[in-house]
Amino acid sequence: MTELRQELKEKIIEQLNLEEFTVADIADDDALFGDGLGLDSIDALELIVMMDKDYGIQLTDPKEGKEIFKSIAVLADYITKHRSK
Amino acid sequence: MKKVYINSAVTISAQDTFESDRFLKSVKKLSGKTIVARYPNYKDYIATANLRRMAEGVKMGVTAASKALKDAKITQPDAIITGTGMGCIDDTEKFLNAIISNDEQFLTPTAFIQSTHNTVGAQIALGLQCKAYNNTYSHAALSFEWALMDAQLRLQQEEAENVLVGGYEELGKEIINYRRMMEDADGFGIQVPYSEGASFFVVSSEKTEHSVELIDMEAHSTLSTTSIQDSLKQFLAKNNVDISQIDVFVSGRNGDVFDSYYDLTAELFENITQLQYKHLSGEFYTASAFGLWTAYSMLSRQEIPEAMIFKGEIKFDNHIILIYNQFKGRDHSFILLKR
Repeated sequence: MTELRQELKEKIIEQLNLEEFTVADIADDDALFGDGLGLDSIDALELIVMMDKDYGIQLTDPKEGKEIFKSIAVLADYITKHRSK
Repeated sequence: MKKVYINSAVTISAQDTFESDRFLKSVKKLSGKTIVARYPNYKDYIATANLRRMAEGVKMGVTAASKALKDAKITQPDAIITGTGMGCIDDTEKFLNAIISNDEQFLTPTAFIQSTHNTVGAQIALGLQCKAYNNTYSHAALSFEWALMDAQLRLQQEEAENVLVGGYEELGKEIINYRRMMEDADGFGIQVPYSEGASFFVVSSEKTEHSVELIDMEAHSTLSTTSIQDSLKQFLAKNNVDISQIDVFVSGRNGDVFDSYYDLTAELFENITQLQYKHLSGEFYTASAFGLWTAYSMLSRQEIPEAMIFKGEIKFDNHIILIYNQFKGRDHSFILLKR
């Protein structure tokens, strides 16, 4: 789980071009959207594609995404339970 | 019909041109196949949160536009008009490569959204919250000229008072190398590096202290070597300007075989100071906007940079400048400025 959290932080920084952040700057429970990392709706689309491409998880319900993308910890937990690759 | 004045000009180029006040006093000799622009500190002009999704062309365009508006003391232009030949080629390459590598699946939105040619115009408008006329022209080496002509017509017809107009180009990473390879195949190609940059201007119907008048401009998709001199003469005659009145002739020489067009036009200006600029800016579809920046700066500052001299000598007291550009024997443009 720790490895997956680290991997997700690296992917998010790289794919969302969060040049100001390092892995150490993102705590497992930090909010990804809003006051935390400040991600927006375009980032959400990037994350949905990443989930499908890298972990074989297809999110179809936007409300579901809102909960899953709450923090790195929640996201890692969801991926662990639902991943097909 | 209202007159058209250029009230500010800003360029980001391969030279130190953005914030330096030394107007091409210490130039960098350009060499190699491609050369990137000298990027300013974008964070002074664009919020960090917005910067992260922007490719270099967008950053250069938004930054140059922002400074051009500031220099002209304009907060809300009546129109934003941009020109670009290749558009946001960096993001275009990214999403096209993603299509291939992901077997036409898993396309992410950012590169696609940012890849359109009008991204720069849109980002400028978003930054200003400007809902005015916004248009982008993409017509190879006449992209900037059509943008400028749109601005000219809007001002002349009193549809606008202040127009932000500019040209931008970014190198990208891949396609430019194929273009360079094609260029170098026969030894007769372009002899300056391919480059990039963004040049923005505020053009207005009101004259200010630093104004340079855009007397007129004309663009031709095609002109033959046998008709180029007559076309130029007709353009000058239409504007009641005699060849002897022109103080400086600026041409877009890039060292390829089509410089013959510049040689032919130069025959009309034997006793006039002749300048060139693409050895300083590099070649790209909107390099002529850099040419316009040099001409504006020369007239407003009454200085001719030695680095631009092709033939003749540095003169003072210059009033009329003619700029002529073409690319590969096509996309010819004449721009006539006065101060």
